[in-house]
Amino acid sequence: MPLTAPPAGRRRSKQLSPVHRITNVSTSWQEIFDLGARETASSGVEPESETQRRGVLRRLRESLSKSRQALVEEISASLFDRIDEEAWERLEEALIMADAGAPTTAEVVERLEREVESGSVSPDGEAVRERLIEILAEVSSNGRGPIDLSGEPAVLLMVGVNGTGKTTTIGKIAWHLSREFGLSVVLAAGDTYRAAAAEQLGEWAERAGAELIRSAPGGDPGAVAFDAIAAARARGADVVIVDTAGRLHTQGNLMDELAKVRRVIAKQMPDAPHETLISIDATTGQNGLRQAQIFSEAAEVNGVVLTKLDGTAKGGIVLAIANELGIPVKLIGTGESLEDLHPFDPEDFARALLAE
Amino acid sequence: MVFDQLSDRLQATLSEVRSRGKLSEGDVDAAMREIRLALLEADVNFKVVKTFTKTLKERCLGAEVLESLDPGQQVVKIVNEELTGLMGGAGRDLAFASNGPTVILMAGLQGSGKTTACAKLARHLGESGKDVALAACDVYRPAAVDQLVTVGERAGAHVYEQGTDADPVEIAAWALDRARTEERDVLIVDTAGRLHIDEDLMDELTKVRKRTRPHDVLLVVDAMTGQDAVGVAESFAEAAEFDGVVMTKLDGDARGGAALSVKAVTGKPILFASTGEKLEAFERFHPDRMASRILGMGDMLSLIEKAEQQVDERQAEDLQKKLEDDRFTLEDFRQQMRQVRKMGPLSGLIGMLPGMGAMKQLKGADVDEGELDRVEAIILSMTPLERANPAIVKGSRRKRIAAGSGTKVQQVNQLIKQFDQMRKMMRQMMSGKAPDPQQLAQMAGGAPRPKYRRR
Repeated sequence: MPLTAPPAGRRRSKQLSPVHRITNVSTSWQEIFDLGARETASSGVEPESETQRRGVLRRLRESLSKSRQALVEEISASLFDRIDEEAWERLEEALIMADAGAPTTAEVVERLEREVESGSVSPDGEAVRERLIEILAEVSSNGRGPIDLSGEPAVLLMVGVNGTGKTTTIGKIAWHLSREFGLSVVLAAGDTYRAAAAEQLGEWAERAGAELIRSAPGGDPGAVAFDAIAAARARGADVVIVDTAGRLHTQGNLMDELAKVRRVIAKQMPDAPHETLISIDATTGQNGLRQAQIFSEAAEVNGVVLTKLDGTAKGGIVLAIANELGIPVKLIGTGESLEDLHPFDPEDFARALLAE
Repeated sequence: MVFDQLSDRLQATLSEVRSRGKLSEGDVDAAMREIRLALLEADVNFKVVKTFTKTLKERCLGAEVLESLDPGQQVVKIVNEELTGLMGGAGRDLAFASNGPTVILMAGLQGSGKTTACAKLARHLGESGKDVALAACDVYRPAAVDQLVTVGERAGAHVYEQGTDADPVEIAAWALDRARTEERDVLIVDTAGRLHIDEDLMDELTKVRKRTRPHDVLLVVDAMTGQDAVGVAESFAEAAEFDGVVMTKLDGDARGGAALSVKAVTGKPILFASTGEKLEAFERFHPDRMASRILGMGDMLSLIEKAEQQVDERQAEDLQKKLEDDRFTLEDFRQQMRQVRKMGPLSGLIGMLPGMGAMKQLKGADVDEGELDRVEAIILSMTPLERANPAIVKGSRRKRIAAGSGTKVQQVNQLIKQFDQMRKMMRQMMSGKAPDPQQLAQMAGGAPRPKYRRR
């Protein structure tokens, strides 16, 4: 039984973004971070070379291997035999299983189907699969832009639901900023609620070579952010990353608190926070869309960090988030170590899902 | 509240079915299609949905329904039964040791809520008088041990830890010895979050299990998990041989499909539900009650249980009697509201009241406590007679009440109307019938029916 299209009220007849140029080069750290006027001191480590990036791509493919195997089997079975009704159904099934959600799945499949029927894509397995990759890459690059760290200091706010990997991601970002660009980072332990949250961030600060600003447990998160920015200014640090307590988007009072933290930051520094990222767990189902939407309303989210991609979950929810909300993924997390963070590349993502 | 979306859709579909009297095959087909889509959009695993709707369809196309005098009601009954079965039947208890400490092992993915769940379980068991110890075997996650120490102590349990330099398997074994020596009733073993495809860590989990020989192994699953839930559950079933599931973050608005899928695929039931960050937000999971809740039939048993924790038994009996005899007044409602607000976040409790799921005023993932203050103010502005018999509240009385409570006459009207509908529903519930989903939809101002374009 084919999947029916989504309810008329929810479906948008929006144009998917213009053709994404397929390049052979993955997104680099230099591309994903906008450092403004800053002259980055070399920390003795060269920015990622082409060879290194290809190595990363290979590792990425390997770590995504389980998920891609499953999807490739689905895709191969549906696209390499015949291009018929069954094939489209199986593609739908594969995308639903990847958590892409009904509306986005319907749009992608319908678009590809139309193109094959109209003849703009030749009806052979290889061509259709390549076009599918292109479409998926396009969809996931909706709203694409770099992480804005041009402020002095640049203030980055991390938000998200409990357990999605905010604190770990902050550690990774701090480490990469220091390693790739030689930037000095201050971490603000804005989670004043969770037991031992500041200690947890403290350990990451140590590993990443960043400074930690914290308060006593139960303190005011806004105050911690304030102190951290003041400290960064005093020491001439480049970036402040503010951790916040995990919270469900359904908790109105906590969403209000988040908005308040932003106001405190903005009062201190008019354009700050310069970038707000929401962490989304790759295993999250359709609720991820809701999360992104509600957090965006409270905190003007600029981008997504898609975490825990080293598991078997495909993280297809980001297709829906980009497609329906125009919020792009900027970073992906692929493990619990400092190195396990990469710039999001739409084509890599789509290809890694489908590649042999 | 979790399952809200699925609940709405199923109720709408079933209300349509019920309104039709005799059902044709085409009617059943249409309903099955909608149920299928509702389940998929609720994150229920694709393959589970396939099997479920197939079984459902077979039953619904059988004589049981088509020849029944009230086929619509039969369909509701079947969906309820199948949904209950999908989630685990009648509910199950933890297995306890006959001598020595009962060992409970907690496992799951990173970020699923294991450590918090450990503390909550410790508190839950402590409530019934058990002496509980916790073993801190997560030596990987920064400050994990500190976290368990803090929340464990808050829960009134003893925490056994050896910092982060020891081997988790050894810590577990040492903790068990200690629990035996100190004659604890329960030892809950917290472990590090791990990927089900991480061979090394899954081996470690197997080793911990073999060394501690737990009476219960619980898999902690985040309610917002999508299609991946099944794969995770299957792998953990193989390596950890878990006995049951703890579903966490159920206070969100995740559609909860993972909950429905896990049992279907592994055969293991959901034993506990974690419904908030506070330690008290933890309860035994009853599949039959949850199925009932999803279908809008309420969960009076859970509600009464919770109420019993707050009020004494006599008061609870009084309440039960009042509901049965239909003597429930606005004053009773106000008293109950007070008690209820003491029980914890209302959003969690609302779903337990029959028909409450549909009451727009109280609906929404985040109950507006301000709204409830207004409701209380309105009731307080009524005379005892008016509270006992709202039917007499007309015209000038309404104006007086509105003025006295600082609200509008419209709001007074709305409260009285909804209270009436609620009483009607309770009457039906008490007489053993499921409330009419159509009526529920009406109360909510008409639940919107989703329209679908067929491929």
